[in-house]
Amino acid sequence: MILQVQHVTKRFGGLTAVNDVTFDLPKGQILGLIGPNGAGKTTLFNCINGVYPPTEGKVIFNGKDITGSPTYKAAALGLSRTHQIVRPLNELSVEQNVVVGACYGREKLGLRKATAVADEVMEFVGIRERADQLASSLNVAQKKRLEMARALAARPYLLLLDEVLAGLNTAEVSSMLDTIRNIREQGVTIIMIEHIMHAVMSLSDRIIVLNYGELIAEGTPDEVSQNPEVIEAYLGDPELAAQLLEEERA
Amino acid sequence: MKRIRLPGLWITLILVIGVGVIPAINGSASLRESMFTILMSVALASSLNIILGYTGYVSFGHIVFFGVGGYLGFYAISQLGWNILPAMLVGGLSAGILAFLLGATVLRLRGAYFALATIGINEAMRALVINIPLLGGPVGMEMHFSEYKKYGGPMQALWMVYWGVLIVTVVTIIVSYYVKKSKFGLGLMAIREDEDAAEVMGVVAPRAKTWAYVLSAIFPGIIGVLFFFKNGNIEPGDAFRLQFSIELIVMVMLGGAGTVLGPVIGSGLYQQLRKALLTSPIFKNIQLAVAGFLLLLIILFIPAGAVGWLRAKSVKLRRVLE
Amino acid sequence: MGEVLITSALDGLLIDVIYGLAAMGLTLIFGVMDVINLAHGPLIAVGMFGVYLLFTFLGLNPFVALLIMAVIGLLLGFFIYFVAVNRVIDAPPLSSLLSTFSVNMMIIGVGTALLTTSSYNVEYSLGSFEFGFFRVPGARLMAALAALAVTGLLYLFMYRTRPGKYIRAVADNRSSAELMGIPSTRILALAFGIGVMLAVVAGGLIATILPINILAGGSFELKSFVIVVLGGLGNPLGALLGGLILGLIEGLVPVVMKTTWVPVIEYVLFILILLVRPQGLLGVKK
Repeated sequence: MILQVQHVTKRFGGLTAVNDVTFDLPKGQILGLIGPNGAGKTTLFNCINGVYPPTEGKVIFNGKDITGSPTYKAAALGLSRTHQIVRPLNELSVEQNVVVGACYGREKLGLRKATAVADEVMEFVGIRERADQLASSLNVAQKKRLEMARALAARPYLLLLDEVLAGLNTAEVSSMLDTIRNIREQGVTIIMIEHIMHAVMSLSDRIIVLNYGELIAEGTPDEVSQNPEVIEAYLGDPELAAQLLEEERA
Repeated sequence: MKRIRLPGLWITLILVIGVGVIPAINGSASLRESMFTILMSVALASSLNIILGYTGYVSFGHIVFFGVGGYLGFYAISQLGWNILPAMLVGGLSAGILAFLLGATVLRLRGAYFALATIGINEAMRALVINIPLLGGPVGMEMHFSEYKKYGGPMQALWMVYWGVLIVTVVTIIVSYYVKKSKFGLGLMAIREDEDAAEVMGVVAPRAKTWAYVLSAIFPGIIGVLFFFKNGNIEPGDAFRLQFSIELIVMVMLGGAGTVLGPVIGSGLYQQLRKALLTSPIFKNIQLAVAGFLLLLIILFIPAGAVGWLRAKSVKLRRVLE
Repeated sequence: MGEVLITSALDGLLIDVIYGLAAMGLTLIFGVMDVINLAHGPLIAVGMFGVYLLFTFLGLNPFVALLIMAVIGLLLGFFIYFVAVNRVIDAPPLSSLLSTFSVNMMIIGVGTALLTTSSYNVEYSLGSFEFGFFRVPGARLMAALAALAVTGLLYLFMYRTRPGKYIRAVADNRSSAELMGIPSTRILALAFGIGVMLAVVAGGLIATILPINILAGGSFELKSFVIVVLGGLGNPLGALLGGLILGLIEGLVPVVMKTTWVPVIEYVLFILILLVRPQGLLGVKK
């Protein structure tokens, strides 16, 4: 198991955002994390990678207890993530952005080696022609790729992708899905938060479903899409429910 | 055509050294004195740039390091009879230690809170020093004129101090350049752009910030010793002048924060402007007002400063102006 | 001994109600738009000198002069907002820190040129009152009461009028307020104007009881920072509380220690609060 999340609960004052969530993640898997808006998915990510400590529970990464460790410790151990709202280092170039990831990631490379790794990763992700451009000058899709490149340059064992497809058009989504598959080929384990159902369903080996902070379903894409509780959770969101039902029919 | 390596560094160094040796060539004492002020500002602004321009932490009370280093170094010289070189070491070291201790506490604050805290630290130091009789209390300390004899007399001493400040300035610039080009500097700039995202990427921000702060404090500490040795005396108001501290920020912003050349040009321009205003009968009294107006224009219209603005114009300029 | 203590405490309190008023201006601006107005000190000085000049050269009663200065302060606040703050309101904090500081420099620069750095006195006396063993000059009492009155008016404005409500809305969440149709830029200008007005009025009140000079603004500004941080950045009531605490410190400490230690204690307290409880005594943790 590369990741073990055990009874993680996160409360903000009176609000329980994540409630007693437990799951295991074997190496090399793509785990989809879905649920209606506000279900606590990003909060769960934040508890895992250390943005804030969980109120209760444990996070065990590669056998090490990282509960409440600061984010840089997680990065050093090989846990990278992208953000829902991208956070480029604006006044730095695309290349510099990725080099930061390589320098301070798991391998802690020196500048020269890091630049070589950054080159590779930018090529892999498809932003190498823009290496000298300022990060702020990219469009949304390119910024998302930059976010991924930065995370990959750290040579992570586990990559957390937070709605990496949001805001992309159909062609961009398709291209990104290919990239994610390639990442998995490289041996990186992935958890992806996603709203675009066909993407999550086609890509994930396993899916867990969050609703109001609780884990309500776990299983293969097929199992989950037929789970009545899951459908009910999404009925509050008719578009998604329709998508789900279409999956079922397809 | 063979490409010159590190053009950004050489341009800056040649500028500083070239201008810096002029007083030596024409032997003018008054030119030396005004050049001393400019060089001192260049070194102070360049140091400030490390925590302000590279790391993005607005140190409003940065002059506190100048004051603390100056006070302890001056104490060593005037009361303990030390030579100036070890005194300079004491100045730099004490400033560095203070920055290290502060790093563990005050650097946890962000943005405006950090800025306010640095003002608080400077003012607290000034108020504290007034209460320490060992350091001369509200009156400060004086150095016996005969102290200059150790170095061959007052005139020799003044020239020695001048060369000292020139060397320290050159070292500061070289350090500033290599920080900017290093992995450490890249981490600092990542912190500046988005500290939380930088940490997610693995930058150990608390450690990096502290070292940046220490580095930015050492040179002001050393220069403080040189300045007050030259002055012959030190008092709380001179050592912890908040207004000068903020003028340093203006110099960095004017020239271009986050660049090596920026603080150099900014200090030069600012001090020249100041001198011009002080000697002009019309503007003499409103020198501060003119400086303020200038600062406002920069903030509103060219926040990247002179060098930043130039660098944005073309890739070639970006390669040559660091 | 008890008498000395109480007298010192009350003495400090009277003055620091006025400091609290000044600090309220600073904290209001910060609370509404996350901007630290570094021109705060010189603006206090503007109030001081405005009242001085109106009293000395036009023979106006200082409290009438105060009303005039209040209006001038409000307009000045609008002006400063639109010139120096509006453009950088969404930029990183350094920009507004420096732009307001540039206004600081300009005011001090012009002020020093026109008025030099010497001290001036508003020769204004209202006799003195006695409360048992405690003797207080009438002017001081008046000034403190005026400060409290202004505080009360501020509260009425913020909680009982529509513009006040708008200000609180914008302070809470600017984008939501805009979505509800509140003209945020004008409201921000109003808030800034009021903040400046409070500083100017406080300066005017100080002028009625203490000698003034253009550089005193600097020390009042620092005091305001300490008060604001003590009470909680963004909370006007906190500013008043912070002012009272500072007043107590300034009044009581000299009884047991040398006066020169007072600033040290104040600044150390300032830094400690920033570190340990940055939201101040009455602030809410963000």
